[in-house]
This record gives sequence, C-alpha cells and structure tokens, in this order.
Amino acid sequence: MSKKLLLEHIDVEGIRSYEVYRKQGGYQAVEKALKTLSPDDLVEEVKKSGLRGRGGAGFPTGMKWSFLAKPDGVPRHLLCNADESEPGTFKDRYLMEKIPHLLIEGMILSSYALGANQSYIYIRGEYMFVMRIVEQAIAEAYANGWLGKNIMGSGFDLDLAITPGAGAYICGEETALIESLEGKRGNPRMKPPFPAVKGLWQRPTVVNNVETIAAVVPIVNHGGDAYAAIGIGRSTGTKLISASGNINKPGVYEIELGLPVEEFIYSEEYCGGIKNGKRLKALIPGGSSVPVLPHYLVCKTAAGEDRLMSYESLADGGFATGSMLGSGGFIVYDEDQCMVRNTWNFSRFYHHESCGQCSPCREGTGWMEKVLHRLEEGHGTMEDIDLLWDIQRKIEGNTICPLGDAAAWPVAAAIRHFREEFEWHVRQPKLCLERNYGLVTEKKFEAQPA
Amino acid sequence: MSENSEKFTVTIDGKTIQVDRGTTILNAARQIGGEVVPPAMCYYSSLKGSGGKCRTCLVEVSKGSEKDPRPMPKLVASCSTTVMDGMEVKNKTSERVVDARGGVVEFLLLNHPLDCPVCDQAGECKLQDLAFEHGHSKTRYEFQRREFDKIDIGPYIQLHMTRCIMCYRCVHTANQLTDKREHGVLHRGDAAEIGTFIEKSLENDFIGNVIDVCPVGALTDKTFRFRSRVWYTKPMDASCECSKCSGKAVLWMIGNDIARVTGRKDENGEVTDFICNECRFDKKELSQWKVEGPRKIERSSVISAGHYEQEAPAHTPLLNKA
Ligand SMILES: Cc1cc2nc3c(=O)[nH]c(=O)nc-3n(C[C@H](O)[C@H](O)[C@H](O)COP(=O)(O)O)c2cc1C
Ligand code: SF4
Ligand code: SF4
Ligand code: FES
Repeated sequence: MSKKLLLEHIDVEGIRSYEVYRKQGGYQAVEKALKTLSPDDLVEEVKKSGLRGRGGAGFPTGMKWSFLAKPDGVPRHLLCNADESEPGTFKDRYLMEKIPHLLIEGMILSSYALGANQSYIYIRGEYMFVMRIVEQAIAEAYANGWLGKNIMGSGFDLDLAITPGAGAYICGEETALIESLEGKRGNPRMKPPFPAVKGLWQRPTVVNNVETIAAVVPIVNHGGDAYAAIGIGRSTGTKLISASGNINKPGVYEIELGLPVEEFIYSEEYCGGIKNGKRLKALIPGGSSVPVLPHYLVCKTAAGEDRLMSYESLADGGFATGSMLGSGGFIVYDEDQCMVRNTWNFSRFYHHESCGQCSPCREGTGWMEKVLHRLEEGHGTMEDIDLLWDIQRKIEGNTICPLGDAAAWPVAAAIRHFREEFEWHVRQPKLCLERNYGLVTEKKFEAQPA
Repeated sequence: MSENSEKFTVTIDGKTIQVDRGTTILNAARQIGGEVVPPAMCYYSSLKGSGGKCRTCLVEVSKGSEKDPRPMPKLVASCSTTVMDGMEVKNKTSERVVDARGGVVEFLLLNHPLDCPVCDQAGECKLQDLAFEHGHSKTRYEFQRREFDKIDIGPYIQLHMTRCIMCYRCVHTANQLTDKREHGVLHRGDAAEIGTFIEKSLENDFIGNVIDVCPVGALTDKTFRFRSRVWYTKPMDASCECSKCSGKAVLWMIGNDIARVTGRKDENGEVTDFICNECRFDKKELSQWKVEGPRKIERSSVISAGHYEQEAPAHTPLLNKA
C-alpha cells in the first residue's frame, strides 16, 4: 500500500467531480461495506486500524464509536467537524476543496457504522466557497444514488446536509458545534452528559473531524490491519500536515506517521528547509494551541532521541520538553521571529474567540493579551512575566471547555522556553522595537522525578 | 431496595453525609452547611441549566468513589458535578481550591468597577461578599476597565452591564418565564453583553425577578425609592393577597415608607418564591401589606455584619482603585 491514502489522487485532473472520482475507484469502499460488512464489522475494522481523531485530541475513533449510546427508537447522528479555525491549520479545507467526494464517501461509511440516517457537515463560515464545492458534490452523490433512501439497494438511508458556522472558533468545540447546529449561541456545554449519550437534540451523537472521517475510506478499502501496519506504534496511518511559516515549501502534506521531524522540515519532498538559509528558531507542531518547542528540542527529544511526527514522540517529555501533534498545524519559525510578539498574537486570537461563559477564560484571556502587548511594546516589567505565568496557571484546567487550556498553554510554553527573550524585552525596551532577539540559549532540563 | 432510593455517602472537608443519588456536590455541602459550602455565583437551584460558569464553586475530588477511588485530576465545578458513593471532596481544606478560587475572584473583579460606595447593590452584593472572603487586598489589573452605558429595559428595570459578571441567571430566568426568548447574550468573551430579549420579555408578569437573581448590581429596581443604601433600610417579612403570586415578600423600609419590595431569600441567597411585578413595583403603600415581622438576614453579608463603613476600607480590593 502506498504512503498516500487520502491525497493519492489529488493531482488527477477534475478529481473534484463525481465522474473522475468514481473512475479513480471512488465509492468502492461504500459498495464493499454495504455488501460485505455489518455496521458492527465496520466499527471493528476502524478499531483494528488504530485510527485516532485528527481534530486535535487524538482520541481512538473506533473506541469513540463504540461508546455511542443506542437506545431503542432514538435517532443517532454523525456530525463532521469542518469548522477548522485553529491558527496554522488548513488541511481540512484542502481536502474538501480538492477532493470533496472523499469526505462524502467517508460520511456514508461512518454513518452506516453508527446507524445514523441524518448526518451533517458543520463548516467554518469563512469557508463559503468550499461549502459550495461540497454542496455540489453532495448533489452529485444524491444524483448517483449514494445518498438518499435505500442506498445501492442495501436498505440503508442517509441524508447529508452541510451547514455553515458564523465565524466563531469556539464552534469547533464539539458541544458548541452542537449548540450552534441547533440554532443557538455557540457556547460549549458542560460534560457529562457527553455527546455520545446526549448530543444533537439530546440524541446520541458522534462528532469527528473531516480528516478522521475521510480516513475511514482507505481503512475500508484496504482493511483495518493494513492501515494499522502503516505508521509507528499507536500512531497508525497517515496524517495531513498543514506546513507554514519560514519554510521554502509551505502547504499541505500527507505523511506516514513516524516520519522524523528533521526530514519533514529539511527534505525537498516536504518543507524544503528554512527559507533564505536562516536558522530554525522554534516549532509549533500541532496548531496554535500546543506548546512551542525551542530549536534544540525540535529534531531531538530531551532524551536525545530523534523526534518523530507521531502522537507519542511529539509529546515526549510532557509539557516540560515536549508538545503535541494536535491538529497537525506545523508552524516553523526562523531566527528573525519574535516569540513575545508571536505569543501576543496568539493570545489576541484566544481573547477574541473566548465564548465568555467562564470567568477565568473570559477575563484571563484579555488580561494576558494586554500584558503581552505591553511587554512586546517595551513597556513591560520583570513582574509582568511572572504575572503572565500566574494568569495562565489560573486559567488552565479551571474552565468548561479546553479553549481555556488552549489559551494558557502557548503562554506557558513561551515563558518556559523563551524567558530570556521576554526578559530582554524588559531590559532593552528600545532595542526590542528595532530588532529581534535571535536564538535562545539551550537549557538543560533535569530529568523529571517520576 | 430500588436503585433510586439508594443513598450515597460523601465526605466534604472531613464531614460525612448521606444524600440521594443525583445530588450535586454543592447541594450535598449545603445539606451539611457551614464552612464546607463552596461559594456559588452562577448556580441557582430553581433555574434549570444554571451553573458551571463562574467557577467559584470549584472543589477538589480527592477520592472519586468507593468503587473507583482515583482522585479527579482537575478541580470540578461542585454545582454541576454529582456525587458518587464514597466520594471525598476538599473545599477549603484544599490548597489548590483556595488558590484557584482566589484566581476566580480576581478574574471576576478584573473588569468590575471598584466603586461599591455608589452602587445600588452595595451591602447585598454576592460579589462584594465573595471578595471580602476570598479576595486579595490589591488589584494587579492596570488596564482600563470595560464600561457600558446604563440602559432602561422597560419601565421598572435598569441594566448596567458594567457591573455584570455574566452568570446567566437572568437569562435562565427569562428563559424559564417565556418561551419567546432566543438570545440572552450578545457577542463573545469579555465583549459579551446581556441582550435585548430581556427587554422584550419584560411584558412578562414575573420578569422583575431578574433583579433578585442578579448577584451584583447589574440589574436594579428603578422604582427603589429614596435611592437609599440597603443598610439604612429595615427588611420586614410581609405578605399580601395576590392572585398572581404567593404574595410573600420582603419590604425594605425607611421609617414607615416602603423603599422597595423583593422576594424572600433563603440562607443560600436564593429566592424561595418568585413574586410578581405588581407586588414588586406597584404595592408601595404599607396598607397594601400585612407585616409579619423583621427579617433575619443570615448570610455573611455586610448588611448583617452591620459595620460596613468601618470594614470596607480595610478590604481595599473594592475601593482602592478608581
Ligand atoms: C476551542 C476548540 C476548537 C476546536 N476546533 C476544532 C475544529 O475546528 N475542527 C475539529 O475537527 N476539531 C476541533 N476541536 C476538537 C473537537 O472538540 C473534537 O474533539 C473533534 O472534532 C473530535 O473529532 P476527532 O475525534 O475526529 O478528532 C476543537 C476543540 C476546541 C476546544
Ligand atoms: S473555556 Fe472559554 S471558550 Fe470554553 S466555555 Fe469557558 S469561556 Fe467559553
Ligand atoms: S445581569 Fe446580573 S443576573 Fe444577568 S448575567 Fe449579569 S450578573 Fe448575572
Ligand atoms: S456556581 Fe458552580 S460554576 Fe458558578
């Protein structure tokens, strides 16, 4: 099996259209599943594949599916999370824009596995043009009998609709997404109850990321075991990476999990190295919410092992010396970038996107933004750095949804690894407006006691 | 014994009690009473869906249950977490809780004006009580606070968003009173405000209750006569014959004049019977009421402390910063 499972046919002329997609073997997975697999068999295949959620948290998809409550007579729903708004992440858009039928095929398979007869794709409001493309593809799928009543004579019915958000990042959080889909304000719900028990309209619901759902197609085509053979350890299969920042070749890449980070950044096949021959300063491997890694922890872990593109290796060392694969929003910084400015920029985003339900996130995000701005502008003090640490610490873990954590982690990581650069801003209030600090010095991390 | 009649044993700060399954940690603590009760700024027992937002009620679960004794890794909102059999909870005895709660109080006060002396709610404000008990004596916030204009929402009620802590209690109240509501809160994050739907639902006979549920001075009674400080008024339990509500109210008196009328609150500061607009806003003559006697105010509030003016300057978070 080739390394590309999702983007295999991406360069085929006209792959966006139904005819071309079908000619390339499209919808064969649906045929196979409806003819030869029961819904439970399909859940089993996905469990075997080891597929983990591609939306950020990396929760095993098969396990999530098996948690779905199935009370008699109550409809169940599958919702596709296409709200993709995490800074640095743009892979779902690429997939939907280029090969929309892959997502639709995945939606049919996943809905069949879950026994859902009405499924939705919730798409980010700013992706209106992508929504038109997916809408067109849904119409083609209906016209060719892949959606609607009694699909391919199997007795399975599925209606699929796509609906846009209104531009709020928070609506990517699964319970806020559900509220929004119900026509309400997108405030995250408290859990429990979990969506698997009470989701959309209080019915059992599964929410999955675009890429997760698309990955079910190759899993059905090749079998769960074959999928699990790709990748490394518990990071099975392939992953779409949105590569951006100071690299020669930004874009969306499909990689086999387990690829060395060094190879991903420097090889011609992927990012093609740092732009203009500059040195690498920092990396955010999984979207703006995950901790930033300083240059000396990018290609090697603190233990001196090769850092790999996998859930485990990127997290190696915990938050002290590691990060997370997250959504695969891979942002590379060269030596000319300012970490204080970057952290401020992110905190501005979280401040703007907080739904405002819980006091720590509502008030803390704005406070952090203001303190960071002051530091960035050369008006900060050493106490400001400790203050920031204290604010993020009091937000983290104390909120309803993980947006609070997502706002806290980047600040914590920036201070942890780039403190000398923050202090330099305080000591050099004029100079910090004229030039950037450059690389920070390597810290030796003590082995953490168990 | 049926599953549902089963009692759960829960221990909070070393005090053990048996409660019905489905009881929240907060309500179990309230059954024990006293120091073990976490403060609650957004939860309100009679308002369905309330709670979970302010995070003042965070507690540490040091033992999950008899069956699964593992502690919960994060602090949990006690108002919206149900007890398990054998659960052990730490409120004030947990350093983490005290630390996090101090943080929450600081967050709540961040954008809140520190001008209690000119606020109508002063003396009966839950936020003031909370800051009094858990706050620090100095603010670390050096930026401009958020400000809004006061708006009249209907003839009786004034909204001053500047003081709002986004507890959503008024939203739930309006929600519960009328099914016409769609949006209670406009905008996001710290730009969020209570929206116009309340203005619309003001036609409802019971909407005046949003004033009573509001823990701070964001929603106030425009008919409050004399604009007196509450601690100069004397609360009296009184009742009247009313076709719309129980008629059980509290009259806040200045001499023989009724300054204002509110619902009666229990020891948790929650209204026991919602009163109608007519009782609240229109019956301002003593002849319209049967006075039952003076009302005891049980909360650790500054009204009952009775020495607000000596105490307040010492607790600078409320006063030191314009
Ligand atoms: C603030 C916030 C924003 C999120 N945005 C997205 C998003 O845009 N797309 C997404 O797939 N998941 C997003 N998530 C994660 C979802 O809540 C959920 O975990 C995910 O959709 C589950 O799908 P998966 O198991 O396939 O990864 C977000 C979570 C949070 C807390
Ligand atoms: S953490 Fe932030 S975004 Fe999430 S529910 Fe609370 S206020 Fe809203
Ligand atoms: S106006 Fe009062 S009751 Fe309504 S949300 Fe604000 S603080 Fe809460
Ligand atoms: S009372 Fe529990 S979060 Fe507000």
